[in-house]
Order: sequence, then C-alpha cells, then structure tokens
Amino acid sequence: MARKLLVIALIAGVLVGGMFGATDAQKGPIKVGFLAPMTGGGAQIGKDMTNGFQMWLDENGGKIAGRQVEVIIEDTQGQPQVALTKFRKLVENDKIHVATGILFAHIGYALAPKADEYKIPLIYPVAAADDLTQRKPSKWVFRTGWSSSQPSHPFGEYAAKTLKYKRIATIGIDYAFGWEVIGGFQKTFEENGGQIVQKLWAPLNTSDFAPYLSQLRRDVDAVFSMMVTISSLRFPKQYQDAGIKIPLIGAGTSFDEFVLPSLGDEALGGTSALIYSAALDNPVNKKFVVEYRKKFGKVPSYYSETCYTTARWINEAAKGIGGDVEDREKFLAALRKVELPDTPRGPVKLDTYGNPIQNVYIRKVEKKDGELWNTVIHTYPAVSQFWKYKPDEFLKQPVYDRNFPPCKHC
Amino acid sequence: MTETALLRHPRTAAIGAALVLLAAPPLLSSFLLTLLTQALVYGILAMSLDLLLGYTGLSSLGHAAYLALGAYSVGILTTRHGANFWVTLMVGVLAAAVAAAIFGLLALRATGVYFLMITLALGMVIWGLAHRWVSMTQGDNGLSGVPRPTGLPWSVAEGVPFYYLVLIAFALAFVVLRTVVRAPFGQTLVGIRESETRMRTLGYHVWLHKYIGFVIAGAVGGFAGVIWAYYNGFVSPADAELATSVEVLLMVALGGRGTLFGPAIGAGVIVMLKNLVSVYTHRWLLILGTVYIGTIVYAPDGIVGTLRSWLAARRRRPVGVAGVVVNPEGGGPHG
Repeated sequence: MARKLLVIALIAGVLVGGMFGATDAQKGPIKVGFLAPMTGGGAQIGKDMTNGFQMWLDENGGKIAGRQVEVIIEDTQGQPQVALTKFRKLVENDKIHVATGILFAHIGYALAPKADEYKIPLIYPVAAADDLTQRKPSKWVFRTGWSSSQPSHPFGEYAAKTLKYKRIATIGIDYAFGWEVIGGFQKTFEENGGQIVQKLWAPLNTSDFAPYLSQLRRDVDAVFSMMVTISSLRFPKQYQDAGIKIPLIGAGTSFDEFVLPSLGDEALGGTSALIYSAALDNPVNKKFVVEYRKKFGKVPSYYSETCYTTARWINEAAKGIGGDVEDREKFLAALRKVELPDTPRGPVKLDTYGNPIQNVYIRKVEKKDGELWNTVIHTYPAVSQFWKYKPDEFLKQPVYDRNFPPCKHC
Repeated sequence: MTETALLRHPRTAAIGAALVLLAAPPLLSSFLLTLLTQALVYGILAMSLDLLLGYTGLSSLGHAAYLALGAYSVGILTTRHGANFWVTLMVGVLAAAVAAAIFGLLALRATGVYFLMITLALGMVIWGLAHRWVSMTQGDNGLSGVPRPTGLPWSVAEGVPFYYLVLIAFALAFVVLRTVVRAPFGQTLVGIRESETRMRTLGYHVWLHKYIGFVIAGAVGGFAGVIWAYYNGFVSPADAELATSVEVLLMVALGGRGTLFGPAIGAGVIVMLKNLVSVYTHRWLLILGTVYIGTIVYAPDGIVGTLRSWLAARRRRPVGVAGVVVNPEGGGPHG
C-alpha cells in the first residue's frame, strides 16, 4: 500500500510540476533542445552525442556568444512519436531557440515539417537520410553530419580505380540507411567499370550472419558490408570464422570508432569511408581525442565529433548576429552561412541544400599500441553530397533504395 | 432503488470526467494538452482492444496492425492525393475492418496462447508491409508532412480545436463500444468469455459472435489510427511494431479489462509516464516497471476494476445511521 501511495504521489508531483514547468525566456539564457535516445537500443550512441555537445560547452565556459546556455536533453526513446511529443514540449514549454540531436532517420523525417511549422532551427548532426537535404529539404532544417551516400560516392570510385576491384558482393542491413549507403557505392563503382554481382540484405539487429555468409559469392574481389550497432560488432568475426579470405570493405558505420574498441584482430584491414576518423592527423583533432579520452575514458566516435562541432557551429552563428538568437530568421540565415575551417574532421561548410561540404576519408583498420584505429589512407577534399554530379540532374534520379540502382550483374 | 444508488456513483464520475475533459484546455500548458490529446487517441485504441481482451477473453498481440492501417490510409491519401478528413476516415476504418475480417478468419480458429501467436504473426505481416512496400509507404523513413484534417466545418490546425476533435472522436468510440457491450450481443460475448461450451450448448453461434467482435475491435482500432496519423503528422512502421501492440495490451491490463473506461485511464497513465516522467528522469522505465508490478500484485483487476470492487465492498456493509444496505446482487454486468 505504501508503495502504491508513493507511486501515486510521484505521478501527482510530476503532473503538478509539469503544469508549472512552463517558463518564458526573455533574454535569459540561450536554450538548446537536445533530442537523443537516452533509453532503448540507441542509448549508448545518445550518450556519445550528448557528451560531444556538452564537451564543447564545458571547454567554453558554458557560454554561446557570451550568453549562458541551457541545454535541455530530452529522451526520444528512439521512437518517432515520442520524439514528436518531446519536440513540442521543447518548443512550446521550454521556448528553446534551437534544437539538435536526433539519431534515427525516421525521426529526422518526422520532425522536419514540424520545425518549419514552429520556425525553429533544427540541426541534424547524425540523422543521415539523403532526402532530408535532397528531395525533401526543409527551410528550417540543415545537417552538420553527413548524408548516407556522401562517403559512398568517392569510395565507389576509390574501390574501382585505386583498389582495382572489378567484382564486389554487398551485404547490408535492410533499411533505408543501408540502401542509401550501398546505392551510392554501387552507382560510382559501376560508373568506373566495376560490377556489383550480388546484394544480400539482413534485417535490422541481425546478429547471426551464418545463413547470409553461406550464400555469399566467393568469386568476387571484395565484399562490401554495411553494418550498424550490434551487427557491426558481430559481422567481422563471423566473416573470419566462415573462413572467407576475400578482402572486407564497408560503410563507415561497419568500422566506426563506436564499435572499434569492441572488435578484435578480425577487423584488421577493414577499409571504409567516412567524414571522420579519430586517427586524423591534425592538431585540432589530436587535442579533441586526448581531451575526450580524459573526460569520458574512450575514443570519440563520429557521433561525438559531429555533436561537438554542432555546439561550436551554433556559437559561431550566434556570435555573428551579436547573440540575438531571438530573431529566428536572422539566426537561421547565420546558421546556414557558418564556415568552420578547422573542426576535428577538417573544414566544413554547407551547400545550398543544407548538407555539409567536407572531406571524405578512406580509412583502414590498423593496430597501434594494441588498439584498433582507422588509419586514413586517402583524403577526398571538399566532397558534396552530389559528388561530381550537377545537383538538379542528380535529383532527377530516385532516392537510392533496395532496388535502385538495379543490380544489373547479379 | 438500491440499484440506482449503486449506479449513481459511476455515473457521476463519468459526468465529472467528461466535464473535466471539456474544461481542460484553458487550464493546461500546451504540452500537457498535447499529452492529453495523445492519451485520448491511445484511449480509443485501448478501449477497442478491451472489447476483445476484456469482454471476449481473447488476448490479441496484433492490435497495432489496425492502428497502422488507419494511420497509413491517412498518410498515403493526404500526402499523395490531398484527401480530406471524411475520405481518410472512411478508407481508414474500412481498411482496418477488412483486414480484421480476413485476420479473424485465420486467428479465431485458435484460442489462448495460439490465438496470441497467430495475431502476433498477422500483426508482423502488416509491419512487414509498412517496412518493405517502399513505393507505397516510404519504408522505414515513414510518411512525413501529414497535414491537419481538412474538410471539417471548423479549422483544427491549432492545438485546442484539434483537442476537441479528438475528444469528440473519443466520446463517439466510447458510446459505440458501450452500446455494443451493453447490448445482448455484448452480453453474449461475456458469456463466451466465461464458458464457451455452455454458450454453445445454449444454442449461441459462438464463432460468429467472436468474429463480429473481432471485426468491430479492428474497425475502432483503425479509427484510432486515423486520428493518430493526424495527431502526429507522421506515419512510420513504428506504429505497427510489436512494441505498440504490447503497450496497448498493458494499457488495458493496467486500467482494468472489461471495464471499457479503465483501459482509457490505463492509456492516460502510460502516455504520461512515457512522455512526462521521462522529462524529469531518464530512469522513467524503473517507475513504469514499478507501476506494472504494483498493478499485478495489488490490483490484478486493473485500476478501475479494483476501484469498483472496493467501492462495491464498502457499500455492501451497512453505512451510518441511515443504514442503506445495498443489494449485493446489484451492479453492472461486470461490476
């Protein structure tokens, strides 16, 4: 009974608290809404994201453009309907000036029209779905991360021209992000003379790849894997255990710094493309990695880097307009104009569609001092989401999906 | 006389609840109002499941399928064809009813845990369609940019008018379901829940009753889905997920199955826990777990079920000088 009363009291307390939670902010602190999964499957990545953002603020006295900053972190639980509710709460109750965070693509799509409705700048450091900044751009939304196929385009060319692969089989996770990453790779790889001869798809959260590995063709020059989270952790080991000696290449997320510490020697030699590597040899990144490790006890992932850069991005824009973030139109214009020449990942600026133009790094997993690192073996400077294509021509083709580009050589 | 004395209390409570819901908007912050709107939508869904779980004794693990069918009808028709509210409403409810009519043929061959498994599998079929029929559903990315309802006599673009629209929908669903469960048809369902063989011996067509109940539950679930899509402005496979089906089942269990209004209260509690408590603590799952365990241990009949039996027990005892002794035979069909 006592416990039940306690629960009732708790709920009542929370309800009352909610009613009086609304405050108005006239020239108080700059309020940033940060939406990330804090519970559920994406919780660990959510942690990397908030850590990155908070770290920049801590390094800069918790201030943006000289004004105090209040970061309100809301748990999306990885669910679009919860994210929508929390976004409403941030805008209507907390009166935020800018929102960021967002891990999953479908949540990105869910919130973008709302940002336009509320006229609140919404920055995506992670959600990668191509069309967010291609066929369905929103005025109030832009990205500081990358679009799914952005690193794939140069990588396809690299695999054909530099690695001299002719035939590749792909195995990917069966959802929009996987389709876009592999689609981009297939397009440029085949345009440079390569052939994709097999495309296998495994459902999200697959951890046993035996049925797929037995189907995998052995008469290829390389295998391209497109893995995320739990699948990234399991795939290389099972690939090795299946006795397959074909070179393994893959998406950035197959070998990113989020999973690398949990992988063993089976990942060695894994080549992938991404906009960041913790092994990048520039002074800003070196300092970033050392500081991040000191603070959180691990190597920063690209999630941490993009969120770290996002905090700086907001500061840069707010500084440019004298901290007057209340003027949202002006603030948005300033945000879209920001150019950062020296982020940990290198120079970053936006194209007119709201996606960063930035370096894409070809990285190879190597062992240094007993740890796995993504050594950068080649840099493609200032890559646009449209690669070498004209934007309006590129946008005429449909967004990459399971069957586009079609598998002509399968 | 004694019967009305017993009924007076729940009726006053119902009128009170209706008044509170009508008067709520000006008293609440816009965030709490959206939560209340969401609770009402989930309330419709939970009440529709109660027809199966509470009144017929069939626990379905695929109820999210109807929500998704209603929601996708709205998503596809509004974003592609600019359809108005009435068209989407009709198509959404019809789609869910047709699906339930087909699923019912398959699922009602079994009972108990087998029924549970079949409904789960059928629910996953709808999820699979949402996830993989990309040309229609945009797959995993979902359909975004669903506008607020059009074609209504007044604009519901703002939060408060939309709230009233949802409130009307909720009241409508409540009245319809209440009529169904109060009618001889509903009483037959309860009879089937209590003893299928006895009902069969009495000459009732058990399968047909269950089947019609199943279709009605699906159709009302689709109705909830239509409102849900307009509420979120977004539809994605998450609406069809098993997790959603389980959540609705928990709402019904928490509120009190077989009480109709109870599941709506259960929906309200869970919506508040998920969205409001998680604002204050990232450990909200612990609280949610505690509430579930507390319900199972202390109130296995759910909030409303336990409240009712507690009230009934109190009334059975002689009260005060007036000494009104309530007839223990009184009370509603499931009181």
